[in-house]
Amino acid sequence: MLTVPLLQPLLLAVLLFALGLTGVLVRRNFVFILMSIEIMLNAAGLAFIVAATRWGQADGQVMFAFILVLAASEVAVGLALILRIRHRLTTLDADAADLLRG
Amino acid sequence: MNDAFYVASGIAVLSTALAITRANGVHALLYLVISLLAVALVFYTLGAAFAAALEVIVYAGAIIVLMVFLVMMLNLGGAAAARETQWMKPRVWIGPAILGIVLEAEIVSILARGDAGVPSLAVILPRDVGIAMFGPYLLCVELASMLLLAALAGAYRLAYLERAEG
Amino acid sequence: MLHAIWLVPAIPLLGAVILIIGCGRLPSLLVSIIGVGSVALSAIIASFISIGFITTPPPGNAFTIILWHWMAIGSFSPAIGFYLDPLSLIMMLVVTIIGFFILLYSSEFMAGDEGYSRFFAYMNLFVAAMLVLVLARDLLFLYAGWEGVGLCSYLLIGFWYQDPANGLAARKAFIVTRIGDTGLMIGLFLLFTHLGTLEIQPLMLRATQSWPAGSTMPTLAAVLILIGAIGKSAQIPLQTWLPDAMAGPTPVSALIHAATMVTAGVYLIARTHMLFALAPAVQMAVAVIGAATLLVAAFAALNQHDIKRILAYSTISQIGYMFLALGVGAWSAAIFHFMVHAFFKALLFLAAGAITMRLHHEHDIFRMGGLARRLPVAFWSFFIGAASLAALPLITAGFYSKEMILSATWAEGGRIPVLWAAGVITAFLTSLYIFRAVFIVFFGDLKTPVSGHYGPRITLPLIALSLLALIGGFVETPEGLGGITLFSKFLASVFGEAPVVSGSAANLRLLAASLVSLAGAGLAYALYMRSSPRFTAWAATPAVLGWRRFLFTGWGFDRLYNALAVRPFLAIVRVNRNDAVDYVYQIIALTCRMAHQFLHQSQTGRIRWYAGWLAAGSLVTIAISVLQ
Repeated sequence: MLTVPLLQPLLLAVLLFALGLTGVLVRRNFVFILMSIEIMLNAAGLAFIVAATRWGQADGQVMFAFILVLAASEVAVGLALILRIRHRLTTLDADAADLLRG
Repeated sequence: MNDAFYVASGIAVLSTALAITRANGVHALLYLVISLLAVALVFYTLGAAFAAALEVIVYAGAIIVLMVFLVMMLNLGGAAAARETQWMKPRVWIGPAILGIVLEAEIVSILARGDAGVPSLAVILPRDVGIAMFGPYLLCVELASMLLLAALAGAYRLAYLERAEG
Repeated sequence: MLHAIWLVPAIPLLGAVILIIGCGRLPSLLVSIIGVGSVALSAIIASFISIGFITTPPPGNAFTIILWHWMAIGSFSPAIGFYLDPLSLIMMLVVTIIGFFILLYSSEFMAGDEGYSRFFAYMNLFVAAMLVLVLARDLLFLYAGWEGVGLCSYLLIGFWYQDPANGLAARKAFIVTRIGDTGLMIGLFLLFTHLGTLEIQPLMLRATQSWPAGSTMPTLAAVLILIGAIGKSAQIPLQTWLPDAMAGPTPVSALIHAATMVTAGVYLIARTHMLFALAPAVQMAVAVIGAATLLVAAFAALNQHDIKRILAYSTISQIGYMFLALGVGAWSAAIFHFMVHAFFKALLFLAAGAITMRLHHEHDIFRMGGLARRLPVAFWSFFIGAASLAALPLITAGFYSKEMILSATWAEGGRIPVLWAAGVITAFLTSLYIFRAVFIVFFGDLKTPVSGHYGPRITLPLIALSLLALIGGFVETPEGLGGITLFSKFLASVFGEAPVVSGSAANLRLLAASLVSLAGAGLAYALYMRSSPRFTAWAATPAVLGWRRFLFTGWGFDRLYNALAVRPFLAIVRVNRNDAVDYVYQIIALTCRMAHQFLHQSQTGRIRWYAGWLAAGSLVTIAISVLQ
């Protein structure tokens, strides 16, 4: 069992989240954006697990399970959307999908 | 146990950083799998064995496999990788990196103010998780099932049209 | 029997509703049966009610029936209810009986008109609205009838709407009377807020109890009611709509002038006479307005050559007599003159209509002439009406009612009887202008060929009204001529006992007034039958011609109002064509557009851009909580 202060796993979660965010903002390819979103979701899940460990309660892990469900749904719809965008725009460039510009 | 945590954390951060910088889609996904497995290990060290198993099976297994299929289907080969490299000039990193670092700094400053505490000695068994999930969180489980159903229908519909138009 | 009072307005209303629903598809025979029959039925019921009322008077000499309450808001619960007392009884009888004769006449007069059914629908509605007005127990219900009358007058004046001039006349009538209506409405608000009720009898009682005579409140209320009354009754300064109202069919003019509409103002003042008694200054104003209107309209009538416009100005003038009587507190004299005026004015209009319909709708009296032998019925009825209007002594009803007013005016007039003098001068002028019309129209050479013929539905009303115009006055005669006071006795429970004027001086004045009207007729005979060349030459001199033109336009009131009200308003409208208020809103729109210009640049449509701003926003939010 871990004996370090829980600050450290929380720091790991924040670091992963920031990396995912950076990925979303940097990458122009839809597939990579989706991957970065997965990273962010995973980081959030990690924070919940830390909380579960801190209090010795199962609720945090339940939340992790729900995040998993969310991630699965998001990937399913996201991938289908990517297929459609690819079909419509013949590219995966996120900046090319700007029909909603003002 | 603590050593395992530090090593796994290091691997997770490193492989994640590599995953978001790779030009080749398959390479990135492989780094992502490594990152997820490392996080699963972190879960294990935190005493969440059940969550660690779910992480491996659902994330590293199902979700990433799905994405690998997609990358293969879209045929992101050498040309796509070259374009990715072209898109990832150092200049485009500046803004997002600053945002990420500021976020990091802010949350760390919040965390540093309080005491995050130490792990409780109580062991959370998969049984406890199951009891909580089908007890007080039953409604959420139902909602999650509906979400999955909606995602299924949505994905099917979008993909179906894809085929019809093609 | 008295409980059937609600049927009196309800039956014409029902007739109107049936005719409106019929959409003009009913056969014209059925239309005339419904249109005339409903008013006839209403008149019969009104007569039976009157007999019942006179033979066995209800307690307090007044009868009230409440059908239902309109609404109930706190203490304000106006009722759909009727109030029958001698005053409203006389009004009801005149409205239904005269209305019946006019409708009977119009069933032939309007035959073949494409709007036959529409005409009867409006006429029935008109009669119903007027009956509501005179029978209402509540001032609010009265106001409903008041507005109904205004609406119907608009519809009927503009009956032949294809001619834009008729539409203009209708709008003019509506707008000018609306000025008065607004005054009346404000008056009602005032009365309600200060006295807490709109039921007429309690209202009058409370007014007498809580307001001292001559104080501000009753004066203000009376002024506002007076504004309403002069609008409807076409008195100076709101008289300009009535001559133009001749644009409607002749029976409409008869109805407006004799039975409905213009007498509403007289009725309103008589109904609220207690309020006017509390405001002597306003009552004096009523008298002065009446006297001024008398003279102005009589002079204008002298110079008209449209037969209907002569009658229109004579109506304004005769209503002026009623106002004069009201102003000097001779309430029953005013109502007496109203009744008699209804008889002879309906008669005159119907006779004029009978003439014009045989002359291809020629209205110019100078293109008529020599009709006395060709159209005997029209001639005799017009002559009787004219005699009654001119108040030829002893044999006509108009004589008795006018004498009643003049003697009351003298009694009130103090040492300088200006009002009395105005009345007497007008009596002379009235006689002059109406006999001018009679001599020009019926004597001399035939100028326009006569065609067609009358049916009994034209002649019967003329004969009946002729009889009424002759004998209708014998219910009230001066002290010197028998002193019958049936009429004022009957109204005494409403207005109090009228003072009896007697003595040799009164008889002398009576003789003078009689001579004056005979003199007017004689002068008309001398000038227009014997057409002396000197008079013709004098009438054609430039100065006289200018005056005549001025009088022809009704003392230039239309021009005055155009200059004072219409043109400045149009000028303001023209200046403000681009609506200054709009600029405020344009500034708002401009601001929005500028903000849009600025903000739409952020709408790049790129998902990463949005995500970046989302992250930045979150960072700022977190930073705020961190820095606190």
